[in-house]
Amino acid sequence: MSNLFDLLVAGLATGAIYALVAVGFTLLWQTSQTINFAQGEFVMLPAFLMLAAMHAGAPFWLAIILGILLSMLLLGLAFKMLLVDPMLRHGVLPLAIATMALAIGLKEAVKQFFSAEASPFPSIVPTGDISILGHAVSLQSIGVLLLAILAVFGLTALLNRTSLGHQMQAAAQNPTVARIIGVPVERMILLTFLINAFLVALASLLITPIYLAKFTSGEVLGQAAFIAAIIGGFNQVRGAIAGGLLIGVLDNLAAAYVSTQYRAAVPMIFLIAVILFRPQGLLGRAEERTV
Amino acid sequence: MSGFAKPLKIAFGLIVIAALIAVPMNFNRYGLFILSQWAVMAIAAMGLNLTLGYAGQVSLAQGAFVGIGAYVAAIMTTHGWPLPAAIVVAIGLSFAVGWVLGYPALRVQHHYLAFVTLAFSTLAFLVFRNESWLTGGIYGISNIPRPHIFGIATNKPLPFYYVCLGSLAIVSLAVWWLIRSPWGRAFMALRENPLRAQSLGVDTRRYTLMAFAIGSALGGVAGALYAPLTQYIDPVPFNLSLSLDLLMMVIVGGAGFFLGPFLGAMIAVLLPEWLRFTEGYYLMLYAIAVMGLLIWSPTGILGILDRYLAERRTKAASAQRAVAKSRLETVQ
Repeated sequence: MSNLFDLLVAGLATGAIYALVAVGFTLLWQTSQTINFAQGEFVMLPAFLMLAAMHAGAPFWLAIILGILLSMLLLGLAFKMLLVDPMLRHGVLPLAIATMALAIGLKEAVKQFFSAEASPFPSIVPTGDISILGHAVSLQSIGVLLLAILAVFGLTALLNRTSLGHQMQAAAQNPTVARIIGVPVERMILLTFLINAFLVALASLLITPIYLAKFTSGEVLGQAAFIAAIIGGFNQVRGAIAGGLLIGVLDNLAAAYVSTQYRAAVPMIFLIAVILFRPQGLLGRAEERTV
Repeated sequence: MSGFAKPLKIAFGLIVIAALIAVPMNFNRYGLFILSQWAVMAIAAMGLNLTLGYAGQVSLAQGAFVGIGAYVAAIMTTHGWPLPAAIVVAIGLSFAVGWVLGYPALRVQHHYLAFVTLAFSTLAFLVFRNESWLTGGIYGISNIPRPHIFGIATNKPLPFYYVCLGSLAIVSLAVWWLIRSPWGRAFMALRENPLRAQSLGVDTRRYTLMAFAIGSALGGVAGALYAPLTQYIDPVPFNLSLSLDLLMMVIVGGAGFFLGPFLGAMIAVLLPEWLRFTEGYYLMLYAIAVMGLLIWSPTGILGILDRYLAERRTKAASAQRAVAKSRLETVQ
């Protein structure tokens, strides 16, 4: 039983990070039909920006702030203006391919300008174990889980409780009507790109201490986030959260109870089943777009 | 392409074919390998172009079919079977698996379909890696023989390049014929307006499955040539990134254009090699080039040409109208 408990906690912690990435992914899809194949690389990059700031002599807290701001500038603003805006009106597929190329470019840039080796990354939550219900649980897992949940709750509150959030939802659901009633749709779309950049930077900060900073580390993460987004429901923030947690737990349980060789197959089979029998996702509603 | 005079087009085609036969004769081993790889990837991309470009069904699994073909060829030829027999089996197996993979396409479309095929691709990779009794696992299969064609050994790079080029020619002719047959028109009807196609009596169900199966079968052909080309295969080249690369080839070349896959494969296989002189930067520059091209022309390289020709035609047509109008006025 203790084994199962540990697996669940560790699974929820990675799942919460997947959820952050998946939420950003669905936000981009809803507001601007962008399937971002570089989402995993978007998580990989901020850690290196922070490391670069620390190499330049900045203390850790300043490096975090600089890293997040730079991510919002590069992965939010520049990504939208240079790649998404010119291509958006030409349909989903060319843009998706362009983000694949972007993923290659980001990986190669980090490899060339930083390092091809994995670098250690400091943890913002204290390491060590604490005892919960008689089980030793790593503080890191708990800290990651709490921070991720906090971020997700913050985002949901922003979307559902504030006027800004309502404007963003309106811009996503029906841009034409939103424009007529005076919602600055363009600014709202830009805002979702900035939020996505913030979320991936946060995910980067949380996951890199666990898996080290490496230029290829986005590949697995990006795929896990896609799957989480689809399983939960492509058009629902809470779907993406549920999907992320589910994939995290499923992955950890599969590694322990199915063969390690085929652990990666479990989420895939689950994904195929969900798409075939409930294409709108576990929590999604059919043919509807809501933030 | 109809803006060119027909003899000019034929002459241009003949020059390209002659160049593909003659120029590589004094290439070194590596140059021939890259060019053979181009031919093989062009075959796989042509298959995906049928599925995606003509029938409009997104697939992220073409790399898995190249893998299936490669493993069939590797296993059969190392057990003494001739390559043509292996190609036939590779076609049959890829066709059957592709047919089954087409079933989800009857239910879901677009990005959902992309993700189902993506999941299939990952599952296929896991099978290649883990079923070591069949595929050799991570150690792969080595010493894959190259075939004797009409009694001629093709062990050397140049003869085998001609095998790849010849196969590309045969596949091209077959695809050329297919897209001009009623089947090709049915595929395009499926892409443009499935509902209307169905109401006109096109069996959309059958043609969707067919589009997947034929496209996948060509992936199998490419794989069956890839195995003897590299003479050693392991699971790594057939992971998801090959499927993504092939998709990129189709889009960059121009999806739905007959010549698109040739150009796309050229960009994806040859451009990185030409950029090698920039050393560590070559893949970065390649990525920037692909993004730049897609921003400039989201319909790919042939999209640029198509747009240019369409503009010229409109200009020519309006010039003719102006002439006709002025004649009319002088008569009055």
